[in-house]
Amino acid sequence: MADDDLTSVPPIAPPVPSSSSSSSSSSSSTGASGPLLSVTDLSVTFHTDDGDVHAVDSATFDVAENETVGIVGESGSGKTVTSLALLGLLPRSATIAGDIRFKGRSLLGLSDKQLQPIRGEEIAMIFQDALAALNPVHSVGAQISEAIRVHHPDTTPKELRARSVELLDIVGIPNPTERVDQFPHEFSGGMRQRAMIAMSIANDPDLLIADEPTTALDVTVQAQVLDVLERIQDRTRSSIILITHDLGVVAGVVDRVIVMYAGRQVEFGSVDDTFYEPKHPYTEGLLASLPRLDRRTEKHSRLHRIVGQPPSLIRLPSGCAFHPRCPYADLGGRCDQERPELVEVGVGHRSACFFPERVGTGTET
Amino acid sequence: MTAVAPEVPNVDDGLDFAPEPITQWKLFRRRFFRHRGAVIALVVLILLVIACFGVSWISPFDPNRLDLLADSVGPGSAHWLGTDELGRDQLTRILVAGQLSLKIAFSIAILSVAFGTMVGAVAGFFGAVADQFLMRLTDVFLVVPELAILAVALEGFGSTGIVIILVLSGLFWMGIARVVRGQVLAIREKEYVEAARAAGARPARIIVRHILPNIIGPIMVNMTLAVTAAIITESTLSFLGFGVQPPQTSWGRMLSSAEGYVGSDKSYLIYGPGIAILVTVLCVNFIGDGLRDAFDPQSEKH
Repeated sequence: MADDDLTSVPPIAPPVPSSSSSSSSSSSSTGASGPLLSVTDLSVTFHTDDGDVHAVDSATFDVAENETVGIVGESGSGKTVTSLALLGLLPRSATIAGDIRFKGRSLLGLSDKQLQPIRGEEIAMIFQDALAALNPVHSVGAQISEAIRVHHPDTTPKELRARSVELLDIVGIPNPTERVDQFPHEFSGGMRQRAMIAMSIANDPDLLIADEPTTALDVTVQAQVLDVLERIQDRTRSSIILITHDLGVVAGVVDRVIVMYAGRQVEFGSVDDTFYEPKHPYTEGLLASLPRLDRRTEKHSRLHRIVGQPPSLIRLPSGCAFHPRCPYADLGGRCDQERPELVEVGVGHRSACFFPERVGTGTET
Repeated sequence: MTAVAPEVPNVDDGLDFAPEPITQWKLFRRRFFRHRGAVIALVVLILLVIACFGVSWISPFDPNRLDLLADSVGPGSAHWLGTDELGRDQLTRILVAGQLSLKIAFSIAILSVAFGTMVGAVAGFFGAVADQFLMRLTDVFLVVPELAILAVALEGFGSTGIVIILVLSGLFWMGIARVVRGQVLAIREKEYVEAARAAGARPARIIVRHILPNIIGPIMVNMTLAVTAAIITESTLSFLGFGVQPPQTSWGRMLSSAEGYVGSDKSYLIYGPGIAILVTVLCVNFIGDGLRDAFDPQSEKH
């Protein structure tokens, strides 16, 4: 493979509308050639002895070329399961329904054998815990080489090494020629995560799935890692799905955001729309729960919290899964009877709430 | 935020580096040679192998020539370890016997470990039906009465070295298979295996490149145990009369023929082959120890 794959910008059409994290979100990505990835009604169910667990329930979203889409939600809201479903990495016990189209080709129903050429080459994954995701017995360079060789078995050892060094350099690891021979345990946490990223971009994939890439890192290192991701995206024009529970991370680097609650997608829109004008009470609650330095003046004020607990995925509340915790819920009315669909509430902004107009009216305390 | 200042902004520079790369192999060697016991053991074993297979050049005696005038001579300057009851030089006999013992022991260890590892890795990695089938097969082999099978097989096919190797290998792989399966089950769940899968690696590649290197320690330890067990089982067989047949000889055969002299004035005849077995087993165990450390990158100490 050419050594300058990453540096040469592939000749794709100028970015799809929602390029920067500002302004209009008029991009349900009706780009000329359609979105890079589109997910329709994706549902993942695990069958357990206690009943069926609906880990993901009718997720519908798309990712345009060169776009960064964030998926946020608390633990158990189905973020990781969604990403694993994209790569076909879920255990066989999972029942998957819906459709996943990547470059117009349906990924669901493909066998492992058919998915292998796609994994790592076209869709790559960055794992949360880099120490666990790096093999302790191989040097970092050997692991990057391995990622390349899986898809390009004819690459010579010399090329592999040169490319590994180059990739480490790209992700900002100092002294890459020395570092390439070191083992994961000789790297610091942030460097490990960067080495992971180097592995995942080794084949110049079109879509990067980053599952909580910064969660295990401290704040300054988080910023560096996000910075690396952004630089890589500028360079390779790949799309990124960024899974996180950190709203600060989302606000910083993401174009559009999906908010998930109890396996369901509750809101989907541009970061600005979603954060400044949330149209779902859960999103609003999440944002209000962020500690803020500039609100300190209110004496005795306590940190906002969303009352109650996330529901069990086996026995979800009737109607809207969020209604028991929702300050605006119309009890006895639609909220606990009917399940809200994801509907358009603005341009490219969708919410699964019957009363999106109530959000932000401050009925909550 | 910008603490990540790449030192070499021009990525093409990555291609020009010339210093010889530190390869995995070099690291491995460095760690192995740091283990003094293993190095000494390796040297001793190599010398032993050279002595055994080069015996016709270093020994002035013909191992099969009978010298009835010099039977049962004790250790001395003419015959360092004395002669046996038929007047054959004991040291020469030991070295000749070593050829067969070492060949048999190492062949059995390598064959049984290779086969057991394969069975265990496939069973552990794929699970489900493959696991059930292979592990029940392993159980069947485990309950087979070893000596009975050996006796029948050796009677049927003749007691040549190759038959002994194949039959013993066929009876030795089960322990390894179970150990490897258990280890693979644990490693299979590691995130780096999932990462490899996410990178598009095929199962065979994942097993060979990602799982096996992580369990090389237990495999090595079991391999050294297999060498030991093979030498001892071969001795047992020879002792019972099923092993190699004269004029071929092995350490086990020599031990069993000297067994009757324990306590007599010819008791010196049991020490030679006994010590040869002991030294070989010890060396192999030390080397196994060194290998295990060398395969573990975290054992690097400064």
